[in-house]
Amino acid sequence: MSYGQKVNIIDIDYNWTLINYARATDGVYFFTLFKSVIISFITTFLCLLIATPVAFYISFSSVRIKSILLVSILLPLWTNLLIRTYSLIALLRTKGHVNNALENLWESANYFLNLFRLANHNLIGESFTPLSLMHNNFSVILGLVYIYVPFMIIPIYLVLEKIDRNILEASYDLGANHKVTFFKIIMPNISVGIISGIILVFIPCLGSFIIPELLGGADSQMIGNIIERQFKSANDWPFGSALSFILIYITIIILGVRYVYSKLYSRLNQKGVS
Amino acid sequence: MTEKKTTIELKKLNKRFGDIVAVNDVSLKISENDFFTILGPSGCGKSTILRLIAGLEVQDTGAVMINNKDCSFVPANERPVNMVFQSYALFPHLSVRDNIEFGLKLKKINNIDRKTRVEEILELVKMNGYDFKLPSELSGGQRQRVALARAIVNKPKIVLLDEPLSALDANLRMEMQQELVNIQRDLKMTFMLVTHDQDEALSISSKIAIMENGKIIETNTATNMYEYPSKKFSAEFLGRINIIEGASSVINNRILFNSDTFGKINIKQDIKLPKDGVLGIRPEKIIIETGLNKQKNRVSMNGIITNWTYYGDVSYITIELKNKSKVYINVQNIHRNSLQELNIGKKLFASFDISDLIILEK
Repeated sequence: MSYGQKVNIIDIDYNWTLINYARATDGVYFFTLFKSVIISFITTFLCLLIATPVAFYISFSSVRIKSILLVSILLPLWTNLLIRTYSLIALLRTKGHVNNALENLWESANYFLNLFRLANHNLIGESFTPLSLMHNNFSVILGLVYIYVPFMIIPIYLVLEKIDRNILEASYDLGANHKVTFFKIIMPNISVGIISGIILVFIPCLGSFIIPELLGGADSQMIGNIIERQFKSANDWPFGSALSFILIYITIIILGVRYVYSKLYSRLNQKGVS
Repeated sequence: MTEKKTTIELKKLNKRFGDIVAVNDVSLKISENDFFTILGPSGCGKSTILRLIAGLEVQDTGAVMINNKDCSFVPANERPVNMVFQSYALFPHLSVRDNIEFGLKLKKINNIDRKTRVEEILELVKMNGYDFKLPSELSGGQRQRVALARAIVNKPKIVLLDEPLSALDANLRMEMQQELVNIQRDLKMTFMLVTHDQDEALSISSKIAIMENGKIIETNTATNMYEYPSKKFSAEFLGRINIIEGASSVINNRILFNSDTFGKINIKQDIKLPKDGVLGIRPEKIIIETGLNKQKNRVSMNGIITNWTYYGDVSYITIELKNKSKVYINVQNIHRNSLQELNIGKKLFASFDISDLIILEK
């Protein structure tokens, strides 16, 4: 369908044209696509930063605490994505919980400043101005991280669990400090989990549209939103399909890179065997 | 002979895990070039002692001295000791060579020295040619060798071995035991082994400490530990033994032991019998005979065979005496047909020398 052309409201002319793909590369679409990749990249990176320590913490906790933590990470996944996103809206909007809390903080700070007769020095501003946490790139990335971080934690946690604790002790015993042990011993052994996590987060991030739709503003649209619009309001299915296919191609390229990497990695390990 | 240098000294070491006392007031000295073994049942705290020496656990009280230097609070990565783990704990992503080099690289030893040392060690553990294999491509015995190589390549003051042979099959274990002894002798290193296998302890160590419930019960050389143990627990743990209960009395300057099993036994005068002491006799010291032995220093008995277990080279026999007490005897299967004479229910004469009796504290 992506090679067809819309002729009127309901008819599509399948004429093997590349015009949809050409259109995808121009200006605003290409920019959105590029931006989606960047946002997904940042999200994945943040997920990695958050997930690694969390996975470590869970993995090194006692059995009881471990199961509690795991359930608390999995629990949100059983809640509808929309509900979770709306809950973020409740937190982030102008009169949301975060701003409320900050306002209360400001009020009490102001009260204390008044007590100490410092209010006139204008230390914390004349009045509280709510932060605009919604409808921008920040809220989109926050939402994406919040939704997708479990998909990073779980694969990293699983590979961590498989590591024999004795090899860490062996590393200390042989003279390595914690830093060397982390980079030389732990990292190579959990890289598989990290790569799986990156793929599990990056690919759905790239195609997400509900989160930027609900949390994002006019300038934080992602490619998912544009695709959705092509199918719905714009009623341009051929162009929508072309954009979708571009997403699929990107995904395939990423999976291909991963495949080559894993091949290379195992080849490196086998070096010298024959 | 000059006193050997002390490599490790433990001073009143204590370690608890929650309510469990793993190590209870342990003090011991390990001299240079010793092959020191801690022998004890599982869960007696013997591995914890190794981990305390390695610095992988921190003691509650007491001190760990390495080469007369207090190392009690030196972190594991700065202690001059290396450990061979029970699970080998080889780094799965590194080749044999990288595994062995790991410690040397951290010590910043230059390329050429490192290479020659790794070559030497690989030669020593008979793993040359396996440089680039991954641990997952090796057999259990080979992994064991690599784990050992990884520890000794650093030339530590002491090599700690935590039940290193327990995962190997019987023949391989024997072979590795012999090799461990050879390597230890060749390198003139101090080894410390922890095991629950008494045969292993006896065959490879120069000194044995027996441990029970977090306490070291007794320390002695391997042969003395078997032949002259002083505690009932260590005598029983090191192999089968007939325990002879009874009470001692002094008559005419001679010590008479009035035993439940054999009646009165004369014990040599110069031996002090502890108050609630018992006697022990190893089953292989009892000889089967054709009739009652009337010799002066021998204790004789006759009984009926109630149990007979065949082990190939030896047979374990249990005989029941008239007074219903049981005596264990080990018989060497000297001839092929010597077995046919040992039927259950058969009457048997046997005797042992009084000098082979072991005096044991309960």
